[in-house]
Amino acid sequence: MIDKVKLARQFIQAIPHAKALGLELTHIDGGTATISMPYSDQLVGDPRIGVIHGGAVSAMMDTCCGAAVMSHPAAPAGTATIDLRIDYMRAATPGQAIVTTATCYHITRNVAFVRATATDDDSDNPVATATGAFTVESR
Amino acid sequence: MARSKPEPMQVVKKRRDETLNALVEGIPYVQFLGITFDRRGDELTGVLNFEDKLIGNPFLPALHGGVTAAFLEVTSIITLSWWHLYPLIEAGDLTPEEVRSGDAPDFPKTIDFTVDYLRSGLPRDAYARATVSRSGRRYASVRVEAWQDNHDKLFAQATGHFLMPNVKPLKTD
Repeated sequence: MIDKVKLARQFIQAIPHAKALGLELTHIDGGTATISMPYSDQLVGDPRIGVIHGGAVSAMMDTCCGAAVMSHPAAPAGTATIDLRIDYMRAATPGQAIVTTATCYHITRNVAFVRATATDDDSDNPVATATGAFTVESR
Repeated sequence: MARSKPEPMQVVKKRRDETLNALVEGIPYVQFLGITFDRRGDELTGVLNFEDKLIGNPFLPALHGGVTAAFLEVTSIITLSWWHLYPLIEAGDLTPEEVRSGDAPDFPKTIDFTVDYLRSGLPRDAYARATVSRSGRRYASVRVEAWQDNHDKLFAQATGHFLMPNVKPLKTD
């Protein structure tokens, strides 16, 4: 599985938008991926309070879910999002990085099912959770 | 009673466009993605101006799914805010200066947002329009659709729920 993990990491780090968001893949293995996004002024949704925009959280969660699918042992070379639902629990604390962990908890020949949770430094209180379905592309 | 003379068109357009621009330009993340808004009367169309940094799959190439989600979410929030603030703007109770100096009410907060990806986003401009399905005192429900070259071929659609800010009358006169 080493090659697949390495491939997924390289693939994610070659994504222009992942680079623009400053995403860093910190763990990926067996259907689980963790990605961190540093705090950045340009991702702020309301400068009066300095909170990161929900859209940036969605973008990182989508990337992380895709990475989790690609790292699954039964997984495809590539994947695309079919649908993604995000629930926002609270605003992320300004100045803190956001860390998302996604798990591909079930995979069929055609579809991969994924769950993800995003937190900041207060890791007991999620910032957002996501559930999604992804395509499984045949080789 | 004599009907009051309508305001000159330029005055109406200037007020609406300047207030809209002040709302949109005040959000760093919207600038980061390069999203702008076209306005026709009270109807808004979000425009995602293509840049290479919006790419998610460099081999196809295709827009990043997260960019698509964010574009739909931004269009929903701006449309909902616009819809919500429009009476204040038209009454002259919310000016572009007040928006720029941070005196506008808070933006609606996303509670949940569900995106359907219908086809891959091409590496070019995209457009989105949101419809406020229902907006109550506390919660609002919004539908939004996005397309590229052909409006009949949506590449993504979404629905979301939002927590509405309290809007108090800004001026009492």
